Amino acid sequence: MDLFEYQARDMFEAHGVPVLAGAIATTPEEARAAAERIGAASGGVTVVKAQVKTGGRGKAGGVKVARSADEAQAAAEQILGMDIKGHTVGTVMVAAGARIAEEYYFSILLDRANRSYLAMCSKEGGMEIEQLAVERPEALAKVPVDPNVGIDDAKAREIVEAAGFDAADQDAIAEVVKTLWTVYRDEDATLVEVNPLVKTEDGSIVALDGKVSLDENAGFRHPGHEALEDTSHTDPLEAAAKEKDLNYVKLDGSVGIIGNGAGLVMSTLDVVAYAGEEFGGQKPANFLDIGGGASAEVMANGLHIILSDPQVKSVFVNVFGGITSCDAVANGIVGALDALGDEEDRPLVVRLDGNNVEEGRRILSERNHPRVIIEETMDGAARKAAELAAAAKN
Amino acid sequence: MAIFLNADSKVIVQGMTGSEGMKHTQRMLKSGTAIVGGVNPRKAGTTVDFEGGVSVPVFGTVKEAVEATGANVSVIFVPAQFTKAAALEAIDAEIPLAVVITEGVAVKDTAEFYNYAKDKGTTRIVGPNCPGLITPGVSNAGIIPADISGTGRIGLVSKSGTLTYQMMYELRDFGFSSAVGIGGDPIIGTTHIDCLEAFQNDPDTDAIVMIGEIGGDAEERAAAYIKEHVTKPVVGYVAGFTAPEGKTMGHAGAIVSGSSGTAQAKKEALEAAGVKVGKTPSETAALMREIMQGLAG
Repeated sequence: MDLFEYQARDMFEAHGVPVLAGAIATTPEEARAAAERIGAASGGVTVVKAQVKTGGRGKAGGVKVARSADEAQAAAEQILGMDIKGHTVGTVMVAAGARIAEEYYFSILLDRANRSYLAMCSKEGGMEIEQLAVERPEALAKVPVDPNVGIDDAKAREIVEAAGFDAADQDAIAEVVKTLWTVYRDEDATLVEVNPLVKTEDGSIVALDGKVSLDENAGFRHPGHEALEDTSHTDPLEAAAKEKDLNYVKLDGSVGIIGNGAGLVMSTLDVVAYAGEEFGGQKPANFLDIGGGASAEVMANGLHIILSDPQVKSVFVNVFGGITSCDAVANGIVGALDALGDEEDRPLVVRLDGNNVEEGRRILSERNHPRVIIEETMDGAARKAAELAAAAKN
Repeated sequence: MAIFLNADSKVIVQGMTGSEGMKHTQRMLKSGTAIVGGVNPRKAGTTVDFEGGVSVPVFGTVKEAVEATGANVSVIFVPAQFTKAAALEAIDAEIPLAVVITEGVAVKDTAEFYNYAKDKGTTRIVGPNCPGLITPGVSNAGIIPADISGTGRIGLVSKSGTLTYQMMYELRDFGFSSAVGIGGDPIIGTTHIDCLEAFQNDPDTDAIVMIGEIGGDAEERAAAYIKEHVTKPVVGYVAGFTAPEGKTMGHAGAIVSGSSGTAQAKKEALEAAGVKVGKTPSETAALMREIMQGLAG
């Protein structure tokens, strides 16, 4: 889960990372009030920043310096509702202005390849870090961090030396680096990034921006994390699926997909898109993994979600029963179709294999539902589902 | 001989007395695995009876179980919150192979127990969030259904459980030396490369199927390894060509971030290393079929 900048800022502050005063606003009037409060301590100057979970907001005009409360209100008026790379701005943060002397970069992230953590640090902050990594890799220090040791005094020293900071600045930056590590460790983050980390004209080190990703699997340790989730932009079908504990991702095609196991479902999407090329470019409408050992109820819930998507023209149920029993899958399909009644007229292509497959196929054949088509192979079923989706469109 | 799991494997189950542990211990026993004990501190000293007249003793700690039985494999079924503690216990007992089946383990926990195991150097970790591994007809450590395919000379390594089953099913007429489900989490203990190396050195394996998916660059690194070190034929499959950027597709590690971690990049890297990559699981199986028939001819 990625946080908004203001959430990262609040989290930094709670851990003792130096940040600037800031408050959020969802209307220009709120922004004005916030600027009056916050600007009092920074000579009336504030910065109004779009809160969107994407990069490049500065270039898009989503960050504006305001010299008065009037200007802050006007800036908020411009920024709220703005579209930045497909993200509509619903909130701005009004932050205190700062007199910046130098801009740095610092991050801690998961290093999948080394199955460890990596700290990255540069004296050249502010710009896109991907660009820096490509253009001037020598300016970006990369220091491995042992998960069982973390960033202690010695490691912090190693990081600031590797980044080439002046001796006079090293202590202060190392202190902030250590505090940012406590954010990473104590919040179960998978990314903590500060760009820019700045030195102000009076010599203090401040995190001027913040990007934090949290590990949802660690939610059991952090009851407060759930409240940080932004549900305002969640697709309604994704929200409904989440309520039923289903692993669902909405896509924009016409073939609804249900399967068991993340890998098999991803593969099913690909096979459908591949088969769909022949039928006017039919594509998968969603990802839905009903998981291992799924019951008839889970199958039925999944089918309900898929069929409440009006874009779906046909459905492909692809199950390889490892732990999942094919008879439970068949019972779930039959139960869901009975509950939906005659109003539901979209075809369902079913491919079952593995655990108890004969019984599963027998249940479906016996029910002999006019909308259910049993296919023997995954490729054949994908083709059929794409064909039926195309036929329904015409 | 196969890889990691053989006729000498003596398996204990951490979390055996839970519902998942019971179900899968029964299945492992049924497929011929030597299950020599379970671990549960609250039920130490008792025994659990399974179908087929097998009685499995329960020990209080992994260390006690190892000392009493000579166990050399532990399969871990404990809930995600307790997985790190269970894994650390197995590592402290210096058990050579710990297979972590549990899904939803916090990545920090995995990072910590994996690096602890790495520093100690006495335990190989497989998983977490994986189906485990099977040497068909010999031993089964995890949840891969034993009746999909029998023994043969193909080695399989996969990030995905159900794609492992699918591929074993497609190639069941050839059979497998070993199949290893390494799991789809961002940090995993045993990698594609570890398995490729083991299969390359395994005299019972003639060819290798490698299944990957979006996220990270494990497949790209595996491709580089194959180019340098693997002389046996390798066939690949990558899932997730249609996955949108920035969305986690079921597995915690399956996410395309910006332009990195895409299925296309992985496929190209594998092909550049001389690996034939199938567009679908069945096409992948067909490529392997050709290779096996070629080797037989």
